[in-house]
Amino acid sequence: MEQAPRDPERQLQPAPLEPLGHPDAGLQAAVGEEAEGARDEGSGEGTMTENNFWLKKIEISVSEAEKRTGRNAMNMQETYTAYLIETRSVEHTDGQSVLTDSLWRRYSEFELLRNYLLVYYPHIVVPPLPEKRAEFVWHKLSADNMDPDFVERRRIGLENFLLRVASHPILCRDKIFYSFLTQEGNWKETVNETGFQLKADSRLKALNATFRVKNPDKRFTELKHYSDELQSVISHLLRVRARVADRLYGVYKVHGNYGRVFSEWSAIEKEMGDGLQSAGHHMDVYASSIDDILEDEEHYADQLKEYLFYAEALRAVCRKHELMQYDLEMAAQDLASKKQQCEELATGTVRTFSLKGMTTKLFGQETPEQREARIKVLEEQINEGEQQLKSKNLEGREFVKNAWADIERFKEQKNHDLKEALISYAVMQISMCKKGIQVWTNAKECFSKM
Amino acid sequence: MEGERLASQARSSGLPAGGATGESPGVDAPLLGSSGSSALLQAEVLDLDEDEDDLEVFSKDASLMDMNSFSPMMPTSPLSMINQVKFEDEPDLKDLFITVDEPESHVTTIETFITYRIITKTSRGEFDSSEFEVRRRYQDFLWLKGKLEEAHPTLIIPPLPEKFIVKGMVERFNDDFIETRRKALQKFLNRIADHPTLTFNEDFKVFLTAQAWELSSHKKQGPGLLSRMGQTVRAVTLSMRGVKSRPEEFMEMNNFIEIFSQKINLIDKISQRIYKEEREYSDEMKEYGPIHVLWSASEEDLVDSLKGVARCLDQCCQATEKRMSGLSEALLPAVHEYVLYSEMVMGVMKRRDQIQAELDSKVEALTYKKADTDLLTEEIGKLEDKVECANNALKADWERWKHNMQNDIKSAFTDMAEENIHYYEQCLATWESFLASQTDLHMEETSEDKPESH
Repeated sequence: MEQAPRDPERQLQPAPLEPLGHPDAGLQAAVGEEAEGARDEGSGEGTMTENNFWLKKIEISVSEAEKRTGRNAMNMQETYTAYLIETRSVEHTDGQSVLTDSLWRRYSEFELLRNYLLVYYPHIVVPPLPEKRAEFVWHKLSADNMDPDFVERRRIGLENFLLRVASHPILCRDKIFYSFLTQEGNWKETVNETGFQLKADSRLKALNATFRVKNPDKRFTELKHYSDELQSVISHLLRVRARVADRLYGVYKVHGNYGRVFSEWSAIEKEMGDGLQSAGHHMDVYASSIDDILEDEEHYADQLKEYLFYAEALRAVCRKHELMQYDLEMAAQDLASKKQQCEELATGTVRTFSLKGMTTKLFGQETPEQREARIKVLEEQINEGEQQLKSKNLEGREFVKNAWADIERFKEQKNHDLKEALISYAVMQISMCKKGIQVWTNAKECFSKM
Repeated sequence: MEGERLASQARSSGLPAGGATGESPGVDAPLLGSSGSSALLQAEVLDLDEDEDDLEVFSKDASLMDMNSFSPMMPTSPLSMINQVKFEDEPDLKDLFITVDEPESHVTTIETFITYRIITKTSRGEFDSSEFEVRRRYQDFLWLKGKLEEAHPTLIIPPLPEKFIVKGMVERFNDDFIETRRKALQKFLNRIADHPTLTFNEDFKVFLTAQAWELSSHKKQGPGLLSRMGQTVRAVTLSMRGVKSRPEEFMEMNNFIEIFSQKINLIDKISQRIYKEEREYSDEMKEYGPIHVLWSASEEDLVDSLKGVARCLDQCCQATEKRMSGLSEALLPAVHEYVLYSEMVMGVMKRRDQIQAELDSKVEALTYKKADTDLLTEEIGKLEDKVECANNALKADWERWKHNMQNDIKSAFTDMAEENIHYYEQCLATWESFLASQTDLHMEETSEDKPESH
């Protein structure tokens, strides 16, 4: 499924339906999708009222932003921005759109949604949110979260986030996502009721934790390196771009001074006066043209920023794999040692040091009955362990398969989007050059008439 | 040609060159004796026709280089000057070509200084040969300027580049500074050469042709330091009295030059600032392109696009460098010259005022004193002529200067606009070709929509 999330009016294609009873259905749905293919096309029609939603095309937009004041959890007054999310369903037949839902959300609720998605879809490269605080600013933009330009760009970024989720084949079917768009009150409670915070593996949060994994999937190791490089290079690019923008602003704006001085000078000139005056006007035009040019460039920078943050999402998937692999290896190690213990007890040879071994040496041998009991316990544990290992293995393989499928989807999306972004940058530059030629041609004419 | 040549001869011979004959140093302009009528001037000019042969001999004989002895009474005829103004617009009349190059550093125990090579090519008869090569240092230029100002206090002498620029200079003699100065010195000499009166100045000729020792000895001939100081003191006291009745046209001139000076100074600052901003922009751009190349190393599918963008950015950076060099070659020196020129003009206005003040004070003296009336009347007569001469000289030169200024400014700014157009055209071409390559690829790869413009 191709994405074009830049277009706010983009319509969704309905995804094949799966029953969405359980929050874990996300993962199951992913598993099912591979195995069952398109078999379930249309089978969910009419079964669950929420899912009828997906039969129709929908349009999502974050249409407004509003400053609000309220009281926070600590009963202190705070100012925040709320965003209006409007959902429209589009009738198949006549293409008319009807507003079905409209509610206000603040940034922290978006964050909550995303954190939920991260926990329940660890194998998915979850779309990132726009930045919380303005970074890579150049001097004109303020780093203030309340700055109208920043708020506007964030509005667009949030809309983009929702569109990305809605056009993801798996994420779009999530109940919580649906309720984010439709459930006005108590949505936070609904999310928390899923208990996702408990499910979250706190180890994943430890960003710098490395797990001594013996056999990670090489592709994931490479992917992790790639995401590090992507993050580093885009950061660098954004920083330099901001400096270039700053300098360009300076060049244009200084020319504006000519306008004022030419105008004053023209007052004392007889023959040169008109030429000077009109040339000065063109200098003013030139100087003010930079504002729109750089405004457009900010949107380009935002496109790059999205992929900067996507790098983090990629890394999260890699880390999940590492963790699963680590758990697997630990479980296998544990199983192996238990088997060995069992063997030793059975054969009476002590090959490895164990505390039990030491204590028996110190406090005397145990009775055969005791030994039998212990062997039995171990054998049970070994059985259990083998089961667990089997399922962990299966889980791990499924994860790798599904994650890799999403990564392939992501790669295509990324290549497409970045190429488009670079093209749009070229278009912007072309427009800037054409404006420049126009202004200076006009100015030259004025000068030559002096 | 003939008439012009004779007229110019008349002018040049009238210039007192530092009082080599020991004449009164207080004379700033040649005196006309008692006659001031233009008819008589014409006659004197015409009289030279018969002496043409003498003139020829005179001009070739080095020993008679000293013009003072010839005919100090020959006036700087305003009439002939006005005639000259009409002629100078035709470029093929230029018969003196000067270049300044090859700066060389000289180190002595006392000082370090730079000399410049000056090559003069000319077809003029009064020059010994058709080509001269000499070496001069900045001090020598200062000397020349001083002599010209002395000889023609109410002509607009071209400005010299500053002694040294304190702001932002690490070392007095860095390459950029020397190059800028060299160009300005060349402009200075050529402006003198193009000036209808100054071009025939004796000291100018000596400057262009004399060997080092000749120049030193020539420099030593001049009004002594004391007499020069006396002159300055008088000038100061006179100027302190204020100008009682500056004629209307000179009031206008004064207003113009004051405002012009303000504006040209601002334009100078703005232009320098633009150069600086462009320099900083170019420096950042140098880093911008390479990042895209770096990125392409980890993106298999985006190599073409990223490298394409990098190429465009690098080419735009080069185009910026070119724009900057255009600025520093044409606009910046032109504007800066007029900053200095405006100071010169204001100085000329002051000197004119001083000459008038001299007259005014004598007139005032006459009104109150009874003694020495005859002497005063005679002095007043001379001063009136002097004032008229000075005023006429300035008026004519002012028109000429203004005309040149308009042309120079117009040309400098037109150049700047041209540079900018060229810059944007170059950048446009490179981005358009990138876009074309991307859209072609796009259409080949998929059947997707064309890229949307944002």
